[in-house]
Amino acid sequence: MMVKRFSLRGRPGAVVSVCMIVLVATVIPAAMAAEQPKAGGTLDFAVGETPPSYDGHRETTFAMLHPLAPHYSTLLRFDPENYPKIEGDVAESWTVSKDGLTYTFKMRKGIKFHDGSLLTARDVKATYDKIVFPPEGVASARKAYYAMVEKVEAPDESTVVFRLKWPSASLLAQLASPWNFIYKADILVKDPRWYEKNIMGTGPFTFVEYIPGSHWVGKKNPDYFVKGRPYLDGYRAVFIRDTAPRVAAIRGGQALIEFRGFSPATRDDLVRTLGDKVRVQESPWICNMTVAINNEKKPFDDVRVRKALSLAIDRWEGSKALSQISIMKPVGGLMRPGSEFATPEAELTKLAGFAKDSEASRKEARRLLKEAGVPEGFAFTLKNRNIKEPYEAVGIFVIDQWRKVGLNVTHLPQEGGPYFADLRAGNYETSIDFACDFMDEPDYQLIKFVSGDKSPLNYARYKDAVLDEIYEKQGRATDPKERLRLIRQMEKRVLDEQAYQFHVLWWQRIIPHWARVKGWKITPSHYLNQDLRDVWLAPE
Amino acid sequence: MIPTLFGVAVLVFLLLRVAPGDIVELKYAGTGAFVSKEAMDQERAQLGLDKPLWRQFGDWMWGIARFDFGDSMWTGRPITYEIAIRLQLSLQLAIMATIVAVLLSIPLGTIAALRQDTWVDYVVRVFSIAGLAMPSFWLGILMILGMLIFFRWLPPMFFTPIWVDPWANLSQLIWPALAVGYRYSAVATRMTRSAVLEVLREDYIRTARAKGLWERLILTRHALKNAMLPVVTVIGLEFAFLIGGLVVTEQVFNLNGIGMLFVEAITRRDYTMTQALVLLVSFTFIVVNFVMDLVYAWLDPRIRYQ
Repeated sequence: MMVKRFSLRGRPGAVVSVCMIVLVATVIPAAMAAEQPKAGGTLDFAVGETPPSYDGHRETTFAMLHPLAPHYSTLLRFDPENYPKIEGDVAESWTVSKDGLTYTFKMRKGIKFHDGSLLTARDVKATYDKIVFPPEGVASARKAYYAMVEKVEAPDESTVVFRLKWPSASLLAQLASPWNFIYKADILVKDPRWYEKNIMGTGPFTFVEYIPGSHWVGKKNPDYFVKGRPYLDGYRAVFIRDTAPRVAAIRGGQALIEFRGFSPATRDDLVRTLGDKVRVQESPWICNMTVAINNEKKPFDDVRVRKALSLAIDRWEGSKALSQISIMKPVGGLMRPGSEFATPEAELTKLAGFAKDSEASRKEARRLLKEAGVPEGFAFTLKNRNIKEPYEAVGIFVIDQWRKVGLNVTHLPQEGGPYFADLRAGNYETSIDFACDFMDEPDYQLIKFVSGDKSPLNYARYKDAVLDEIYEKQGRATDPKERLRLIRQMEKRVLDEQAYQFHVLWWQRIIPHWARVKGWKITPSHYLNQDLRDVWLAPE
Repeated sequence: MIPTLFGVAVLVFLLLRVAPGDIVELKYAGTGAFVSKEAMDQERAQLGLDKPLWRQFGDWMWGIARFDFGDSMWTGRPITYEIAIRLQLSLQLAIMATIVAVLLSIPLGTIAALRQDTWVDYVVRVFSIAGLAMPSFWLGILMILGMLIFFRWLPPMFFTPIWVDPWANLSQLIWPALAVGYRYSAVATRMTRSAVLEVLREDYIRTARAKGLWERLILTRHALKNAMLPVVTVIGLEFAFLIGGLVVTEQVFNLNGIGMLFVEAITRRDYTMTQALVLLVSFTFIVVNFVMDLVYAWLDPRIRYQ
């Protein structure tokens, strides 16, 4: 019997099919395997400052958050893959009453503190009592944001209830604050300041060691409540204060990532030297630079002069130029461009100082200055922090823009102490100011613009009851459309009608890191997504 | 010593309070956070900043009398702990830099003096002038860049005590020690050269030569010891300066030393820490001066102290 041998010759379709099958069987699984999280390894990352205390409720600096966040959980968190979506962390689910005055959270079961004890609703209540109603002698940096909370209850072991005095559009986002570490009630009862110098959390990493000024070490929590996490065996945060050695550490591989951000020049340098070993993630940042104007000093008490100062600044061209040399880039109003609350460009360009026709704006600025009696060559000062990035660049840019409308401005960089003292005391004419927040939330970004006696962040020395009222209304508006309308109204009054103080540009966050660091996605805030639970290291 | 330290204490206390801005302002306003005035006032009260100045000074002095320097206003941790952690590194660096300086300066200075106006002398003089002209932090930056670019290697970024891992410890500190020691040696080399030249012209040296003594013996037994007095002064003062004075070098090499702590304490308006550090540095200078006085007496028996 003749055996017919099968041959592909003359069967081109079959050849292609076989090739496709081989491809699918080998390449795709390899590609998938390459992106499958791998357990193991220690992540070394750089931090540009050292933590003051260890208490998240008290501190406001990334220098505390970056090394310590991996030790803790929060009630809610921002979904790092889908910011600004909020998901539960220790909370499994929640409901909101129809009147918006009662928020009920159900806790996950089986969450353990690092000492093995179980987390219950009592711990969450104690944590929020400390944040919202801090006992005597205990500092709570963000207490003022929880003015709407009447009380926090724990009716049973797995339920926490927040009762509000008035409805709030921002409470859920506030409860997702990365600063609101969940502490142990038993510890807080004995010593509410214990957490300033000690660690006891429920986070993906336990505390190993901290050498002040040197490094912070955490190791994997084997009892972490999210099964299969964290992937890393541990992490080490190395404190490197100066930028040059920090960049050198990344370049040399001693630190694989730095979570705050670098300048465009550093990014380009790392890409040039490390090539495909480095990956760059960028995002608009919830930080901005503002020009604060002393509304109590002549001639800045005249709205025409203030408006002229804003009109003189070509933000669109400034963005193109400054983004080459600094982290200044997005042009936006009071809310971060690209966020759900941002003013669309078509509307933004109608506000004073945001039009694209810079010549027309400057012409209007000169007209207003003349009308207000400000002579050509009028001299005044612009105070600034003596920090290169991005303060120096912004200060120089603003002065250059004002020069184009005939103003003669002297730049006065100051060390931090005198800078803040002068701002607080009103001992300035104009000054560069800044703001950074952890989320796009009007309650946070707009507080700067309410009356000076209501907001310690408002250095511009004015009072405006209209703005105060709008701010309060938007904070209580639960209808998103109504809230947006109020935000626009506030923005128009601040930037266009009164120009009390105004943003120059928003920041751009640039994180060049070793490509083998996986599972970490950039967010618009350097305060978010720092628990490292999803981070893993690809093989070298 | 006590009056000197007291005077320093008063001066530093007053100077710090005169500088504008306070620690609470810097801590909260510095991050752009919305912290209420009440919260900041409460923080000030906890730190004792709401007390009258005389009371603050009195509390501090009373603490020092009991060797209690208090807590850092920034971290809340005991100052002695914060300083002790960093003093290890600073002290070791100072000692290593001094060793480098002594090993370089005394032989080179002596050779230059013995071979005055020859090519050896010129080379040594160029070497020492280059050391004087070159800031140690700049040399440090060059070292780091060189290591990174040519060897793709960096010194360890955090301190390991020498008794835990000598290799890691020396890998980190040898480079700043060389950078600082070179500059340090430049001063001492020139001083050694001048001092040896001066001593070699003395009558007793001429007499020793006339008696037929070996040149090496003349140098080591008669000349060097007498030439060392000014050199010891320079080395001593430089050593004292190294404790807390290497701010920029520490930044470049990311060293967790006293210099870095000093700068941070001042910029943060951490009064208690700054005060303690100033006292530490003052005390160091006083002790080093005292040790140098003892060394003088050993080197020159003609010097006697009542």
